[in-house]
Amino acid sequence: MTMSAADSRHFRMHLNLGPQHPSTHGVLHLALEMYGENVLDIDPVLGYGHRMHEKMAERRPWQAFFANTPRIDYACSLPHSHCYALLLERALQIEPPARAVSLRIIASELNRVASHLLWVGAFLLDLGAFTPILYCFDDREQAVDILEHMTGSRLTHAWMCAGGVTDDIDEETVLKIRAFIRRMRARFRIYERLVTNNVIFIMRTRGIGVITPALARSCGATGPVLRASGMACDIRKVAPYGGYDHYAFDVPLGSNGDCLDRYRVRMEEMRQSLAIIEQALDRLPGGPVRAKVPRTLAPPAGEYSSSVEGARGDITYWAISDGSEIPYRLKIRSACFGNLSLIAELCQGMLLADLIATLGSLDLVIPEIDR
Amino acid sequence: MDIDMLRVFWSVVLIAAFVFANATVMGYLERKLAGRFQRRLGPMEVGWHGILQMPIDGIKLLAKRMIVPQQAEGLIFRLAPVISLSPVMLPLIVIPFSPVLQVVDMPAGLIFVLAIEAFGTIAVFLAGWSANNKYAMIGAMRSVAQNIAYEIPILLVALAVALMAGSFNLQDIVLAQAALWFIVLQPFGFVIYLISGLSECNRAPFDLPEAESELTAGYLTEYSGIGFSLFMIAEYTHMFIICCLATVLFLGGWQGPELPWHDYSSAIWFLMKAYGLMFVMVWVRWTFPRVRYDQLMKFAWKYLIPFALVNLLITALVVYL
Repeated sequence: MTMSAADSRHFRMHLNLGPQHPSTHGVLHLALEMYGENVLDIDPVLGYGHRMHEKMAERRPWQAFFANTPRIDYACSLPHSHCYALLLERALQIEPPARAVSLRIIASELNRVASHLLWVGAFLLDLGAFTPILYCFDDREQAVDILEHMTGSRLTHAWMCAGGVTDDIDEETVLKIRAFIRRMRARFRIYERLVTNNVIFIMRTRGIGVITPALARSCGATGPVLRASGMACDIRKVAPYGGYDHYAFDVPLGSNGDCLDRYRVRMEEMRQSLAIIEQALDRLPGGPVRAKVPRTLAPPAGEYSSSVEGARGDITYWAISDGSEIPYRLKIRSACFGNLSLIAELCQGMLLADLIATLGSLDLVIPEIDR
Repeated sequence: MDIDMLRVFWSVVLIAAFVFANATVMGYLERKLAGRFQRRLGPMEVGWHGILQMPIDGIKLLAKRMIVPQQAEGLIFRLAPVISLSPVMLPLIVIPFSPVLQVVDMPAGLIFVLAIEAFGTIAVFLAGWSANNKYAMIGAMRSVAQNIAYEIPILLVALAVALMAGSFNLQDIVLAQAALWFIVLQPFGFVIYLISGLSECNRAPFDLPEAESELTAGYLTEYSGIGFSLFMIAEYTHMFIICCLATVLFLGGWQGPELPWHDYSSAIWFLMKAYGLMFVMVWVRWTFPRVRYDQLMKFAWKYLIPFALVNLLITALVVYL
């Protein structure tokens, strides 16, 4: 493609990719300037799924926002609840019981595995392979079943609360989780044969959408997207929260920052999550799952924040309390907005098919951006 | 009415019936097989093991209104599905299903099939262009580029086979394989043919003109009702033609162990081979991701065409010696 030809307005085509398009995973709208199959310019348009979560927080008691947290990122909802619970505990100086801390980690990691499985399937679907998503959903279904048993809901688990979790788990759930870990370890071999070593898959992902560490940093990318570029930034390691410092696990890193690396990093993260769950189950303490908390929560006036590592990256909640039982302000920082802002820089001059692959590899959950 | 007219009439009726039957059976098999590959059941609701699913879907599509977008070129938009069906139905008249089950025994049957089949692209292009939809337009452009690129290796490989058989007549090509199937002598030719064939009938992993994750449905985006179903029928028929040709060129056509009423019953061997290849096509579709547009073109021009040329050259030398 010669730029002089591309510059000529005559050959340019405006293409609205989304908000209704199979590969934008929700209601993302990309306004593209195309030259044939090449993308010249890309402008993400947001706001189709905005639900005013932050405003809602300012209108209801502190603990009532636990109903909102899972709905921000429905694919990986527990880390959001975890983050908010940590914030409240920090503000009210409550110490959750040891069993609750372990249960939170088990549930969060299960949720991470479920979310990554969903991503693998959807990413392969973006690349045009229809079969893997059904395998992934089969596995994800097991994780979701366990989470349903633990938390009472399949998608929006409102289970964590200030001072612990609402419900304990029974021996049957422990056995189910162990069975799930065994099953997943066997299933990784299937994924390896079906996807990882597939020549077309490698052709489509190697060297595509390369994110340099500098670019990732300037756009505020976090999570697997950042780690695939080779930067070891995992909040569970760099600023351990909720007892993660007691667990042995690796932070998988990529080297090239391309789509293939992002795939590898997420696959390895699932293995690490399973290892964390196993360790947590091995030394699951007994006792209560919820600390005594006052009936109405009213953190003393001041600013509070907490950060956790979600499946998509850094989740930060930042709150201002004026001492009343309703937050003065709650700001949520979620990973996908930073990750999405990479796309405009990344995809100039890219082929349409590569744009879809790169977009898929970022693991965007659009309602999490819009909130 | 003389006997020739009767023959023409019956062959038209039978071919039309066969085309629809093939689409029904293949549609059902594809969905069932996709189910198997994906560890689910596939259609189960309508009839025993969902066997009536395709007729029901056909009725549903017939009953639906064909929506023509306001800005579309109405006439061409309506014509394109019909045009797509004719180039895939016509080659059926020269395909030798058995020693006698063949409508016309053309001296240049191979050329006829390849020439007519190439028209399918025009229908796809007309559909994509007339719909006045950007995705459809991109799909149409892809389709033209792809089909031009993949027509050439098919021609070169078919030419090598014709050289070995010493004839363009499909019946002669089948008879030339009485001792040894050409797949043994032309293994590379067979592989090149199969890859190009997948691309020719826009099947995954080369289904770029209708790449649903990129172009929603490509040239099919605006089609609904009968227009859509005609395109689907054309796609399955196109698959069948490609597989029939592969059977004739490489797998010994109707040849197989002798059965009673050999002149007719050997069609069983032919259909078994053709549907075996169709199974491979379905298998590939539900296993691989889609290749990228430029990779596809590169693959054709940098690998398939040179290899097919070398293949042709070696074949010519061997035949000459």
